[in-house]
Amino acid sequence: MTARRWLTRAGFYALVVVIIVQAIFPFYYAILTSLEDGQALFEVNYLPAALDFSNYASMLTSGVFGRQILNSVFVAAVVVVISLFLAVTASYALSRIRFRGRGLLLLTILSVSMFPQIAVLAGLFEVIRTLGLFNSLWSLVFSYMIFTLPFTVWVLTTFMRNLPIEIEEAAIMDGAPPFTIIRRVFLPIMWPAMVTTGLLAFIHAWNEFLFALTFLSTDTQRTVPVAIALISGRSEFEVPWGNIMAASVVVTLPLVILVLIFQRRIVSGLTAGAVKG
Amino acid sequence: MPPAEAAATAAATPVRSGTLSTLSRQRIRSAWVFLAPMLVVLASVAAYPLYRTIWFSFTDASLDLISEARWVGFRNYLEYVDYGNGQGEYFGLLADARWWRSVWNTIWFATVSVSFETLFGLIIALVLNEQFRGRGLVRAAVLIPWAIPTIVSAKMWAWMMHDQFGILNDILLRLYLISEPVAWTASADTAMIAVLIVDIWKTTPFMALLILAGLQMVPNDIYEAARLDGIHPFRVFRKVTLPLIMPAVLVAVVFRALDALRVFDIVYVLTPNTDATRTMSVYARENLFDYDQFAYGSAASTLLFLVIALITISFIRLSRMDLEGKEE
Repeated sequence: MTARRWLTRAGFYALVVVIIVQAIFPFYYAILTSLEDGQALFEVNYLPAALDFSNYASMLTSGVFGRQILNSVFVAAVVVVISLFLAVTASYALSRIRFRGRGLLLLTILSVSMFPQIAVLAGLFEVIRTLGLFNSLWSLVFSYMIFTLPFTVWVLTTFMRNLPIEIEEAAIMDGAPPFTIIRRVFLPIMWPAMVTTGLLAFIHAWNEFLFALTFLSTDTQRTVPVAIALISGRSEFEVPWGNIMAASVVVTLPLVILVLIFQRRIVSGLTAGAVKG
Repeated sequence: MPPAEAAATAAATPVRSGTLSTLSRQRIRSAWVFLAPMLVVLASVAAYPLYRTIWFSFTDASLDLISEARWVGFRNYLEYVDYGNGQGEYFGLLADARWWRSVWNTIWFATVSVSFETLFGLIIALVLNEQFRGRGLVRAAVLIPWAIPTIVSAKMWAWMMHDQFGILNDILLRLYLISEPVAWTASADTAMIAVLIVDIWKTTPFMALLILAGLQMVPNDIYEAARLDGIHPFRVFRKVTLPLIMPAVLVAVVFRALDALRVFDIVYVLTPNTDATRTMSVYARENLFDYDQFAYGSAASTLLFLVIALITISFIRLSRMDLEGKEE
């Protein structure tokens, strides 16, 4: 191996190390901080110096953090179920049935996903108050449809469009009603795409901040992102960083594990939305 | 049109011209039945609220008296108040220096963050496109910033950027890059830099994945041929790879730019209440819910929507997206 090739290789692996370290370090440091308490918190450590679970204990036992996690789980799960149900039937119509205005409709749905959330905030606030949903978790289930639906419909439509006609030909000829075709023919082969979009919708709903900050007003109703954002001390100098980091790790760890397990699916789902266009 | 697609059309509309068959008429009817629930939901979470926001921006609505809003014309946007002595003053959003500051902040944020994300995303994508041991590990690691909720990222970095106990200052001091601790989020000079660092860190993975998808569509034999001809890899990248992945990169850039223009979470959590980082979304929400200027905030929301709508429409026009699935 020539010196030059060796140098190139060393440079490449140095780059690889930099990429890995910058990606992992902040989360590593959050875990490290969450395990420190009292004075240890205020000394900069690069390696674990303490193994103190008191931050976790105080987060999970005192206060409403457990309740807030359940709120987040509830909202994200219901959002996934409802948006998948609405999107599967709609995508079938958009991908398998030819009718006039189909392209325009798809364009409209896609453009909704470009909406800045702030543009609908004032109007949604009025709608939610009128429906009596203010400070109810259903306000989030309802409002999150604005970003989960267009995305789910878009990805599932692309997926269904690429399936060959043969799979439903026999069913059409037998005169099966479209709903039966969806249930019997498409659902069994669509689950990979549905897992992907469902997962992405779950993550999006789990992380959402602006609507959750605006439509919920009491501590017991809040979802975790807002709860974490609002943790504060009595003064700027008493911010409970240990607790904040413990809460952050608790809400992030399941997500990171989920993403690592399903990384192939997530990558294909993310890119299907954008690159196919 | 691929054969399968052609067959689908033939099956769905056996008679191309003239009357549609009963079967296809039935199918078209059921298409609308299937679409209806989704369209109703989208209309009530997107179209109607958007219309109401725009309407509020022309009224004197306040948070507690939304239903009693009265039409006031363009007053929230721009109004000339004549003092009667030959002098007067402009009021309204378009005459508000704080608003223009937040417009500038947003544009600056979007430009810088998307540029760096594209650059870093391209580098990471090129690395991931190589065959080497540990590639799976790198890809998994790169996904982590993306998986972390934005609020959590902001808090994690806020702690790392702490002026007294933050590890970032510690690292930079040890490397002699700074001579004294920097108050990253608190000082007006560095607040925007802090926001940019967090956003670039968090969103580069998304960019990398989109660009990687583009890279993987470049056929391998092109590289093979270039290698056999002894062309320098950098030249191959500039002359072959880059032009081929340009469409994918452009799509990614537009997606990210639209996202960056509506940035809210990071700024709101990392650097609350400072003119140095206030973006259009933050400005609008402050007016809507914190300062009790509901109508004024609606006007700001409307303007932000207009900017984003213009960019989106021109992008869709320019790229002539394949919506019908006609081409392949």
